[in-house]
Amino acid sequence: MKLADVQFLAGKAAEIRLNLLKMIFKAKMGHTGSSLSDTDILTTLYYDVMQLRVDEPDWEERDRFILSKGHAVESYYCILADMGFIDKEELNTFCQYQTRLIGHPNNKVPGIEMNTGALGHGLSIAVGMAKAAKMDNKDYRVFVLMGDGEQAEGSVWEAAMAGAHFGLDNLIGIIDRNRLQITGATEEVMGIEPLVGKWRNFGWQVLEIDGHNYGELKKCLSSTPVEEGKPTMILANTIKGKGVSFIENKAGWHHRVPSASELNQAVEELSPLIGVDIDG
Amino acid sequence: MAELANKAAICDTLIDLAKIDRDIVVLTSDSRGSASMTKFADELPEQLIEVGIAEQNLVGIAAGLAASGKKPYIASYAAFLSMRSIEQIKVDVAYSKTNVKVIGISGGLSYGPLGMSHHAVQDIAVMRAIPNLKVIMPADRYESKKMIEVLVNNEDPVYIRVGRNPVPDVYQGEVDFEIAKGVVMRDGSDLSIIACGRMVRTALDSAEELSKLGISCRVINMHTLKPLDDEIIIKSAAETGHIITLEEHSIYGGLGSAVAEVLAQNSPVSMKIIGIPDEPAIAGKAEEVYEYYGLSTPSIVEEAKKLLSNSR
Repeated sequence: MKLADVQFLAGKAAEIRLNLLKMIFKAKMGHTGSSLSDTDILTTLYYDVMQLRVDEPDWEERDRFILSKGHAVESYYCILADMGFIDKEELNTFCQYQTRLIGHPNNKVPGIEMNTGALGHGLSIAVGMAKAAKMDNKDYRVFVLMGDGEQAEGSVWEAAMAGAHFGLDNLIGIIDRNRLQITGATEEVMGIEPLVGKWRNFGWQVLEIDGHNYGELKKCLSSTPVEEGKPTMILANTIKGKGVSFIENKAGWHHRVPSASELNQAVEELSPLIGVDIDG
Repeated sequence: MAELANKAAICDTLIDLAKIDRDIVVLTSDSRGSASMTKFADELPEQLIEVGIAEQNLVGIAAGLAASGKKPYIASYAAFLSMRSIEQIKVDVAYSKTNVKVIGISGGLSYGPLGMSHHAVQDIAVMRAIPNLKVIMPADRYESKKMIEVLVNNEDPVYIRVGRNPVPDVYQGEVDFEIAKGVVMRDGSDLSIIACGRMVRTALDSAEELSKLGISCRVINMHTLKPLDDEIIIKSAAETGHIITLEEHSIYGGLGSAVAEVLAQNSPVSMKIIGIPDEPAIAGKAEEVYEYYGLSTPSIVEEAKKLLSNSR
């Protein structure tokens, strides 16, 4: 990956992080730690990997994306707004009266395929989409981002079996492995390790990467299928709350809202990475 | 009286339609035999997706297929679809508004001898409470066929409940089926029986018996439980006064409740809800269980007489 591309993605990700923090601050609610955790994954997918048409959100050949960890919707909305699927002004309506920017993905918003938020649903939906592509001989790929805490849902493993059984090599799962869920460490709440072994034994190609490294992300997300006839699971090791020093690695920030002074500190940390003036 | 299981009529109709429209797919959860879908699987193997015994995944996959242009028909057990995968039906199908037709097979007391785990007599109550979801229970083979022919041109999420056993015909060939439009199967002026599914036949038989006693009974086939045909209920209440509802479902939240909601808010009349009471239903063949809970002609005739005499 070219240095300029890395710099572009890093700048974009910082901007998205800042925007989502402002959005959460304004709404006085949101999943701060979860959204900061997956921002680099989503940024790489949306700005560098997926085939999309902003002016034609329902373009038949588009790559599909399902945010199975639907609570981390803030980074998603901010990216869709930045790309032009929705107006940036609309971010001000996040979680407000009668908004369509609900606290979980809403498919009334252009660019969003399905309503999600109840955990353990996304992979099954993605299996259906990938299966449809195979049946119609279409080349689009289906990406689905899950949380690590979500791996405790039994339906995830029903879908894991189906993805391998149907030979869906156009299906790419990503696990945002930040090791924290709302109550605390995933391994204390309900141990999910060994995760690599579990997915391999379910018949998936498994890649383990640094979920904040744009080069690794791009390489893995672009070069699938790794093996013909097998779905791919990318285990992205991440830091919950990534990008803001005092939010990183703290379970308490799962859905905590920053105070005004905390927001100011976050602005100070993130602004230099964007390299442009930040307005209100 | 000729009879055929509604699920068999649905399968035959789907085969005919799916040969023309290759986007029609059927999903099963190790249920193709029970759903009478083996013929579909044999004739159109590329359009049958076997998901295994995993109802949550079954519904999620169907939603993903629908979101990608397919027209999925799920054929799986009503008892499990309505309980185990209800969140997927609520979120992936109804909330996301995907074009998924969920066919709950072996509904009601089809598995009478197998106990409460396999009885599906709460499904309508659950499905009826979910926004964006239509709920239909066809009465016989002809109505099942017509219903599918109508549904292939409808993009809304729908829950369809059918039984396992052959059901006696209530129609003779041609059926006038419109979603959310109740059908007057027989006119009458002293009372109305409103029924759905298998119970429409029982309602007609009861009306015939009542006529021998000089009681004129209207019979309404309420095949669509949601959206409900309020108008036909209000009209019948005005014209016949008393109303009896029959259903192969709990007396809580099903057809009787739905009709009562309309009557109470528009034109209260004396009413009797006949269905399964609040207890794990007894074991037995479906017909035996119907009889035990008063879903048979002699009991219905008695209830009708009681209803009429109480209010005279």
